[in-house]
Amino acid sequence: MGETITFWVLAVVSVSAALGLVFSRKAVYCALMLGVVMLSLAVLYAVQDAPFLAAVQIIVYTGAVMMLFLFVLMLVGVDSSDSLVETIRGQRFWAIVAGLAFAALVALGIGNVVFAPATGLGAVNAAGNVPSLAELIFTRYVFAFEVTSALLITAALGAMVLAHRERLEQRATQRELSRERFVKYGEEGIDPSPLPGPGTYARANAIDMPALLPDGKISKLSVNRYIARYEAEEGTIDPKVAEILEGEDK
Amino acid sequence: MEPAEILSHAGGGAISLAWLMIVLPLAGAAILLIGGRATNKWGHLLGVLMSVGAFVVAALVFLQLIGLDPAQRRQSVNLYEFIPGVANIGLLIDPLSISFCLLITFVGSLIHVYSIGYMSHDPDRRRFFAYLNLFVAAMLLLVLADNYVALFIGWEGVGLASYLLIGFWQYKPSAAVAAKKAFVVNRVGDFGLLVAMFLIFAQFGTLSYAEVFPNAAQASQGVQTAIGLLLLLGACGKSAQLPLQSWLLDAMEGPTPVSALIHAATMVTAGVYLVVRSGAAFFPEGSTAGLVVTIVGVATLLAGAIIGTAKDDIKKGLAGSTMSQIGYMMLAAGIGPAGYAFAIAHLITHGFFKADLFLGAGSVMHAMNDEVDMRRYGGLRKLLPITFVTFFIGYLAIIGFPLLSGYFTKDGIIESVMHHNAILGWLAVLGAGITGFYMTRMVVMTFFGPKRWDEKAHPHESPAVMTWPLIILSVFSVGLGAYLILSNRLLVFLAPAVGQPAELPVFHPFSVPGLTTLALVAVGAGIAIAKYGRSEVPVVQPRGSFLTVFARRDLYGDALNEALFMRPGQWLTRLAVFFDNRGIDGVVNGLAAGVGGSSGRLRKIQTGYVRSYALSIFVGAAVLAGAWFVVGTL
Amino acid sequence: MTTHYLVLSALLFAIGGIGVLVRRNAIVVFMCVELMLNACNLAFVTFARQNGNVDGQVIAFFVMIVAAAEVVIGLAIIVTIFRTRRSASVDDASLLKY
Repeated sequence: MGETITFWVLAVVSVSAALGLVFSRKAVYCALMLGVVMLSLAVLYAVQDAPFLAAVQIIVYTGAVMMLFLFVLMLVGVDSSDSLVETIRGQRFWAIVAGLAFAALVALGIGNVVFAPATGLGAVNAAGNVPSLAELIFTRYVFAFEVTSALLITAALGAMVLAHRERLEQRATQRELSRERFVKYGEEGIDPSPLPGPGTYARANAIDMPALLPDGKISKLSVNRYIARYEAEEGTIDPKVAEILEGEDK
Repeated sequence: MEPAEILSHAGGGAISLAWLMIVLPLAGAAILLIGGRATNKWGHLLGVLMSVGAFVVAALVFLQLIGLDPAQRRQSVNLYEFIPGVANIGLLIDPLSISFCLLITFVGSLIHVYSIGYMSHDPDRRRFFAYLNLFVAAMLLLVLADNYVALFIGWEGVGLASYLLIGFWQYKPSAAVAAKKAFVVNRVGDFGLLVAMFLIFAQFGTLSYAEVFPNAAQASQGVQTAIGLLLLLGACGKSAQLPLQSWLLDAMEGPTPVSALIHAATMVTAGVYLVVRSGAAFFPEGSTAGLVVTIVGVATLLAGAIIGTAKDDIKKGLAGSTMSQIGYMMLAAGIGPAGYAFAIAHLITHGFFKADLFLGAGSVMHAMNDEVDMRRYGGLRKLLPITFVTFFIGYLAIIGFPLLSGYFTKDGIIESVMHHNAILGWLAVLGAGITGFYMTRMVVMTFFGPKRWDEKAHPHESPAVMTWPLIILSVFSVGLGAYLILSNRLLVFLAPAVGQPAELPVFHPFSVPGLTTLALVAVGAGIAIAKYGRSEVPVVQPRGSFLTVFARRDLYGDALNEALFMRPGQWLTRLAVFFDNRGIDGVVNGLAAGVGGSSGRLRKIQTGYVRSYALSIFVGAAVLAGAWFVVGTL
Repeated sequence: MTTHYLVLSALLFAIGGIGVLVRRNAIVVFMCVELMLNACNLAFVTFARQNGNVDGQVIAFFVMIVAAAEVVIGLAIIVTIFRTRRSASVDDASLLKY
């Protein structure tokens, strides 16, 4: 009874999460939905006498794989949401028809089969799920297991090769970078010093005080515009800040 | 008497050096053509020298030959084993070939000399002499060959030289077209000669005269006749006999010395040579092939004469006359041993007086700024005295004025044909009458009457280098006929080569055909004098009666050729092209276009979108699931 | 209960498939592929219990390993493509066509 409840709850959750994966525009939401599905499946594995797989599912999938996905998403640009306008004619229609037909046919096929009551893994798992799995992996499937290790190493190497970018020119030295900064300062007036945080060199420890650069000038970047405008309306603005604001309005 | 056996030359004497005859002019042509502009200054002199050198060799060979016993006068000189057992490059020195050699080299040398003057203003004179030398070499190879293969090489060589010389002024479209026409028509004849050679080889296993001629009688009658007719086809092409006559009139586009040498004196007689040379073997007396030869000869002599009556172009008139005179030779050659000597005699004397006439015409043209229309001549006898006298002698010779060359040779032909076939004989007499008309017309229009040229022309006598050949030729035109015919000198001389009739002909000066001929010639000349001498000759060609137009258009020979061969050929070609384009190309292209088009459409499936491919995989999976379901429920 | 698990597995698989076909963001497509793999794993685990041996679980374990390797390589490829083309859309990489 407990299993039935668990199944139905998780079935509903996983199917809706899967649908969400397909239909949400933002890739990050998709990743989260996939995480939901994977967690639900992990629970279902556990319910079906596969505690080891459930643990692996959570560790490998929701842990490693999902993190990898999210990293790549960050790299590629998390805010780039998909346009859902279909560009290939008939693609969406036929995809849905094929998908529904496939699901219906497989479901009907399975539904037509009368299964004997499940044998269950009680006897096999008597000594524990992990030992029985280990026994198979290191006996009957040992060759496949060794091959997968080769596969993993190859994949790691491949990922490194693919993601590696060849440096085509000499890495710039501190001296060159500094020289470049001052050339920019001379030509375009861009300040050579690192950007100050708000409140640096402040005369008062307050958010409404603009930061000062080492030469005593006000850093434009540290001017809080909302406060400055408020002060301008009140008439209490620092004339130096007002100058910056006027310059900006132009 | 049968021809003598062909002996292998033992060596020694001028006969062993006979090859120099061919090699000298050939070397001249090679030097002039390869040397190019570097030889411009002295090229014409080299050409003359080589031609005269060939004549000297021919004369020496001739002298050695007449020193031999008549039974040994057929000497074969083997030079090179060309196709072992079939044909060697060898020379046959016998009375027939040496007669030709003397004619070719002597008249050829005179024409070379004449050309120095005639072509003096032409920037390409050197090339002209190179071609003339090439022609002489090829013609000598033709007549000297001791087998059909070498003969064919010479045969094609003279065809090539003729083509090059007719089209010598190739910038004139008419000359280029005429050269092409001559070449194409000659190919038809060459086809006949080639097939004849194939037949001979198939029958006798060799193409050497020495082995073919004695065994010719062993072949069946049909094969013999077939070979004879095919050889005749070749002869017709080269000698401008009906039905392959059309090229000769157009060939007059070439420079006049070419017309004199190639298209009057020598090359066009190659057909007669071929018939006489093969005569004993393939045109024996009374054979079908011989009969066809005589018919072709008579038809051509009449056709040529009729064409000659209507031409206003002096060279075309002479070309018609050439056709006609060669018709006489063919006629004589067709009747067998009785006619060979007369055919060759007429050939030789014609070579002289026709060269004389052509060169005279050339001299007139030279004087008249290359004007060829006789209607624009008139009254030239006072201004061109030497040309007039020599031309007039040639004229008297060709119409058969008593005691001149043509009188003896033409009369001999008519007499011998009369014995053979009276109808052909009387037709030949009629031809002689027409000859009298058109030649008189030509002389009257050119040299007599009032002057009809415009003021710009300043007729003047030609330089000595041109008049001396004329004088020499006219001297031979006077006396050569009598020398050759009286006491049957040529006949006896030729007997070892071509055989001789059982009874030697006797010259009757007052026989019925002879007198009739003279009377008809006189009538023809009288009509011409009455028509063109007594009354004004219009400068512009009048429209003329139906018959005049018929003759002027070369008896519609070209029209006939076009209607019979050219247009059906064109239609056939168009049909073939249409079938090729629409039928064969259509199938091939259609197939290719079908494959290409469907591939083009099929290609569009490859959109490059991974999702499309994935969709097809997924649909496949769905279909498989469906199949599994269906199979599962069954 | 076996039937229920299997139908759930089929449903998840189909949804994953549809996702692969309709989404254009390569990362999302990858997630959908993972979803399909997970659906398969569920079926394996279910059959393991149905048949009373853990072979199915072993296979599911291997699937996870392979999926992990695949994700590593796939994401590396996506990063490389993004770096050169400034786009993670699978439709943009469509040069290999007619």
